[in-house]
Amino acid sequence: MLITCPYCGPRDVIEFTYQGDGNRERPDPASQNFEAWNAYVYDRLNPAGDHNEIWQHSGGCRAHLKVVRNTLTHEISSVVFTRGDHGRGDHGSAARGKAEDKS
Amino acid sequence: MMAEYSAFSLLANALKGNRDWKPAWRKPDPKASYDVIIIGGGGHGLATAYYLAKEHGITNVAVLEKGWLGSGNVGRNTTAVRSNYLLPANTRFYEHSMKLWENLSHELNYNVMFSQRGCLNLAHTPAQFDDYARRGNAMRHLGVDAELMTPAQIKRLIPALDISDSARFPVVGGLMQRRAGTARHDAVAWGYARGADRRGVDIIENCEVTGFLRDGDRITGVSTSRGDIRAKKVAVAVAGSTGRVMQLAGIDTMPIESHVLQAFVTESLKPFIDTVVTFGMGHFYMSQSDKGGLIYGGDIDGYNSYAQRGNLPVVDEVMSEMLALFPGLARVRMLRSWGGVCDMSMDGSPIITAGPLPGMYLNCGWCYGGFKATPASGWCFAWTIAKDQPHDLNAPFTLDRFHRGLVIDDKGQGANPRLH
Repeated sequence: MLITCPYCGPRDVIEFTYQGDGNRERPDPASQNFEAWNAYVYDRLNPAGDHNEIWQHSGGCRAHLKVVRNTLTHEISSVVFTRGDHGRGDHGSAARGKAEDKS
Repeated sequence: MMAEYSAFSLLANALKGNRDWKPAWRKPDPKASYDVIIIGGGGHGLATAYYLAKEHGITNVAVLEKGWLGSGNVGRNTTAVRSNYLLPANTRFYEHSMKLWENLSHELNYNVMFSQRGCLNLAHTPAQFDDYARRGNAMRHLGVDAELMTPAQIKRLIPALDISDSARFPVVGGLMQRRAGTARHDAVAWGYARGADRRGVDIIENCEVTGFLRDGDRITGVSTSRGDIRAKKVAVAVAGSTGRVMQLAGIDTMPIESHVLQAFVTESLKPFIDTVVTFGMGHFYMSQSDKGGLIYGGDIDGYNSYAQRGNLPVVDEVMSEMLALFPGLARVRMLRSWGGVCDMSMDGSPIITAGPLPGMYLNCGWCYGGFKATPASGWCFAWTIAKDQPHDLNAPFTLDRFHRGLVIDDKGQGANPRLH
């Protein structure tokens, strides 16, 4: 299984650390809503099919990635940074892609 | 009930050309309604049906299996049976299972080839050995057998093991449970199936559940690929498919992730190892089947999967660990590998409970230790279904324990299923 890191390109799955269900929303740190915290810590969507999940490229650039992967086929259809604003600018893949286009 | 299989019946049928054997279970069409429907014709579902009929006299029962009987994890595991846990809830439950295993062939009149060849956990650091001593003491405190072994004793038991100081991870000792061992997993499914069938349970294969029949919140039956079937009680025992089946009931999130676990078998060898051995510096376990193949496995792949197949990094890791323990196996050829889908729970312990909806009963969260639990899982689940309350042995294994701060985390890994 290869994951195409936006920084580093296609890399073997052993370079990545799995962090599971990417649909969960972490409550506000000040929140005292125990039910929301319990749900965040323990409850998971576990679909057979496309699954939104978080991986970290821990053996590479260490970026946190939001991946859409099919749990029936292991096929990956999307890899983006977990934060929309993260990775843009000089070091981002978009910028690098543009530079390559010009050459 | 007279034993169907005996020396006498073998001889009598042999003289008649073996033409008169009855099939081990019938192939009935589903009836319109049952007292109890069990979804999932694996080991746990079949054992549940057997104990419902035998212990509680509830025989108007159907077991619905989407494929063929025993096509899931009951035929995919590495067959180890043990009860060497640390926490009392797990120890008591798995020890009850062990006691049922010890009489299972006799109970079922079916040879499940339960072989108490022992299970040895290897320790590779003094701290790990201390930890094993603690677990062994916890086991003995609850009446389970456990003994510490020295490297010299281990070398006598497993001559092929590299226990030299130059081993990648030298062995400093081990924790042995002598009553642990292996069983023939297919026979467990077939034995429970025949026992349930002979008591009147309908085992319905190629019957996939596609939805639940509801009356408000209450579950009143299931829609299947073979039509609607009504039932007073619907029990779910579908292991790795728990997420999918619960979504059919409108329950989207569960304290479960489905992961793929791979297993491997080598070509047949002469007798090489007569116990189950586990590696302490990684995740590796191995035993030898009666046919001679070495059966072994390691960690789950570590990401959600329903694919029943894994990837190469885990294959590489498992082989490396095998060679760290047994350098002499370097030239042995691997015959087959396969994958099974495991219902990894958030604390590594199972769930056997009434609910979460009225009319529904749930058995899941077996991680990759479900095979050894088969008898006790069925026994406790049948009790829970028959009496609408858990037995003392499965009372701790609730679904709401995660939200109530009552997790049973034997490995102390936290809510991270890939680490259990």
